[in-house]
Amino acid sequence: MTATLGIGAVGELKIELGRRYRFAASHRLHSAQMSDAENARIYGKCNNACGHGHNYTVEISVSGDVDPATGMIANLADLDSFVQREVIEPFDHRSLNEEVDAFRAAVPTTENLCVEIYRRLRAFPLAKLERVRVEETSNNSFEYPGDGPVSGSDGAQ
Amino acid sequence: MVLLTRKIEFSASHRYNNPALSAEENQRIFGKCNNPHGHGHNYTLEVTVAGEPDPVTGMVVDLADLKKLLEQEVMRRMDHRHLNFEVPELAGQIPTCENVARVIWNLLEPKIPQGRLHRVRLYESPDLFADCYRNGVGRNGGAS
Repeated sequence: MTATLGIGAVGELKIELGRRYRFAASHRLHSAQMSDAENARIYGKCNNACGHGHNYTVEISVSGDVDPATGMIANLADLDSFVQREVIEPFDHRSLNEEVDAFRAAVPTTENLCVEIYRRLRAFPLAKLERVRVEETSNNSFEYPGDGPVSGSDGAQ
Repeated sequence: MVLLTRKIEFSASHRYNNPALSAEENQRIFGKCNNPHGHGHNYTLEVTVAGEPDPVTGMVVDLADLKKLLEQEVMRRMDHRHLNFEVPELAGQIPTCENVARVIWNLLEPKIPQGRLHRVRLYESPDLFADCYRNGVGRNGGAS
């Protein structure tokens, strides 16, 4: 067995585990702080009153020591069930505006979605969440490395 | 600084089993990956080299050299092999994505002909991968 990898000292080898998940959801971009005309001008098609949807892909990376007994940073089954419970179940085949509390006030742009997913997943107890990347379509992706303010408490609402 | 990434694919079999644990423990921890006869994947490896483009050639690293290195260190060692039995560098380790990525990093880092190894990303499937890089060197290249 090789030595367990530490994280911290500069120059040490760092290993991250990356995992991708998918969900489909609807949203509408509309800010109550702007007039209807401004909303239409800024958000364009995304402001259409009845909303629209996407197939989202969520890519997360976690880091930590590789357990010599298992060869793993975190057991995939544990990570998958956590993400399933905190993100996939509450978001999949839902309206983000109507069914996710965080988006009653905030506009469900994919920037905000990234931060919300980060907020939900940073409580994963078995590894450190490094970043969340969300693909809204195959052409648009957004990434949050957790370096900004994240409002709200950890875990599901 | 510029990053250059070369991608290769290889296929290999493996099995997750820790002989220090009971059969039941192995089954509980590793699930399907513990099946006694093993299973396989099409792995995709992305190797990223960082450096300044050479003023004469305009290259961070000569891709032909990098390609040759990947052939020699990774393809010959791992392609169409059983990772548990045929790769000595993995002896005594569970051949998870994390461990295989680290072995590949250790094989490549001292032999990168120009520039320096920045990141190894190994996909076991399109939805599961491991990244390996040096801590303190930002994943986008600069010191962090």
